[in-house]
Amino acid sequence: MFLQGNEACALGAIAAGCRFYAGYPITPSSEIMERMAVELPKADGTFIQMEDEIGSIGAVIGAAWTGAKSMTATSGPGLSLMLENIGYGIMTETPCVIVDVQRAGPSTGQATKVASGDVMQVRWGTHGDYEIIAFSPWSVQEMYELTIKAFNLAETYRTPVFLLSDEAVGHLREKAELSKDVEIIKRSPKSDKPFFGPGALMPTLGQGKKLSITGSTHDEWGIRKTQSPEIQAKFTTHFCDKIRLNADRITEYEEYYLDGQTTVLVIAYGFTARSALRAVELAREKGGKAGLLRLKTVWPMPENKLKSLPTSISKIIVPEMNQGQVIREFR
Amino acid sequence: MIETLKKYIRPDVFPTPFCPGCGHGILMQALLRAIDELKLDIDKMVFLSGIGCAAWIPSPHFAADTMHTTHGRPITFATGIKLVNPKLKVVVISGDGDLSAIGGNHLIHAARRNIEMTVICANNSIYGMTGGQVAPTTPTGAKSATTPQGNPERDFDLCKLVKGAGADYVARGTVYHMRELIKYLKTALQHKGFSFVDVISPCYTQFGRRNQNTCGGSASSAIMNLKTAVSKTPQDGEILTGEF
Ligand code: SF4
Repeated sequence: MFLQGNEACALGAIAAGCRFYAGYPITPSSEIMERMAVELPKADGTFIQMEDEIGSIGAVIGAAWTGAKSMTATSGPGLSLMLENIGYGIMTETPCVIVDVQRAGPSTGQATKVASGDVMQVRWGTHGDYEIIAFSPWSVQEMYELTIKAFNLAETYRTPVFLLSDEAVGHLREKAELSKDVEIIKRSPKSDKPFFGPGALMPTLGQGKKLSITGSTHDEWGIRKTQSPEIQAKFTTHFCDKIRLNADRITEYEEYYLDGQTTVLVIAYGFTARSALRAVELAREKGGKAGLLRLKTVWPMPENKLKSLPTSISKIIVPEMNQGQVIREFR
Repeated sequence: MIETLKKYIRPDVFPTPFCPGCGHGILMQALLRAIDELKLDIDKMVFLSGIGCAAWIPSPHFAADTMHTTHGRPITFATGIKLVNPKLKVVVISGDGDLSAIGGNHLIHAARRNIEMTVICANNSIYGMTGGQVAPTTPTGAKSATTPQGNPERDFDLCKLVKGAGADYVARGTVYHMRELIKYLKTALQHKGFSFVDVISPCYTQFGRRNQNTCGGSASSAIMNLKTAVSKTPQDGEILTGEF
């Protein structure tokens, strides 16, 4: 199939079981919303265009609690508006997917031009203490596949998951194979108390469970505990640990020409990785011992992989479409 | 606590956090009485609130599905819930600052969409929880923590605002007029489409003590001065109640 990255993302969401979308128009992500408006009714799902991005993510979280896998898509300015409610999603352990098709910023920046300036925003943007999962697709194929994975990890770890795309991948048109035979993690209908914390399954509103859902610090039953340092520590540790301790299961990367002989390593993600791979190949043609580590997940970082890099590497290059954000992880 | 309403309250949540004299406890009771009289199945209802004293009316008190959301945003969460499961009865209860300042955009758009939900505004003309700052509902001239010389701005008439945005059922009651309030709440809860009830509920702690009943048209003075609240042709500084 020959199609656009943003359209592949929408189709991946439908394949993953997404049945609710709320969004607000913003370049360069709007094709995702437009395609969802066409696809969701066919799949017996619900689409709504909200009054702003704050409303979009609010509706997405409400829908998730009502039993629907749900998603929104935006770009930097919209993501800035969503951040408070994304924190609510983390605090209430709400599975949902947020797509950020990055454009040049800060502020309105260059709405139609590619950049990767939001890498740290998705990692640290909402206040407080937490870990985050973010995929970084480099092709139309991955816009499809990683959207599905984003939904699966959202369910597995009960947390908002980012698909951190960019204008180039979002608007890229190329061939992709959209397999219908994909692994999907379904939500268990059997959730019972406790509703929050390690091992708790995602419950659904309207089933007589008398759920107490709050963005305040709460215990396993959702009851507000705003004076207890122990509960605060327990739950922020839980939000971090469920991702940190599973980092090896979550992280995905690809290696090119990376072996005991490699002396120069390029670490890249997103669309930049395509140019990075070409550069490495050109260096190889000229006899240079260059290699590439391509991050399919930017968050969390593949710490164990990074610790076990060959000792032959004397130089690491991190090309990014920003002034240097992810490179700080390797300094 | 009325015995028949105890079943709607979570164990061990009383006493409420409300100050003595606060109207919000009365509104809580009025809403539960409306639900009880209509014999609604509370397990098929979801109660949402934002941030502020009023947001505590359903959460943690109600033994039901409650969602205590971010400041100003309960209507957006409620929209997602109602769209996914239209069989649920969705009720938003929050304060005037939450619903009409930070959340004003969501309020008018939910009314415009005519999405079926009941929004109840516990309106005390002030930000209570954060210490008595001026709100969009504070009458002109009223003193607050951030208008020590008196509020220079005009206030919102929330019923007119929501009606103008397209809501079919709009009413204003007060916690002093319990029978009318319960009637409005019952009508709102049974309404097909978006319904809005503005409930005048006094905050003596933050509004009353600064204005000492000198400020006509405010929540606190309306309750203290019966005539003002029931007036059908409001003069300057009076509040009109009823169904609009
Ligand atoms: S501060 Fe005002 S609104 Fe808040 S509980 Fe006290 S009286 Fe009620």
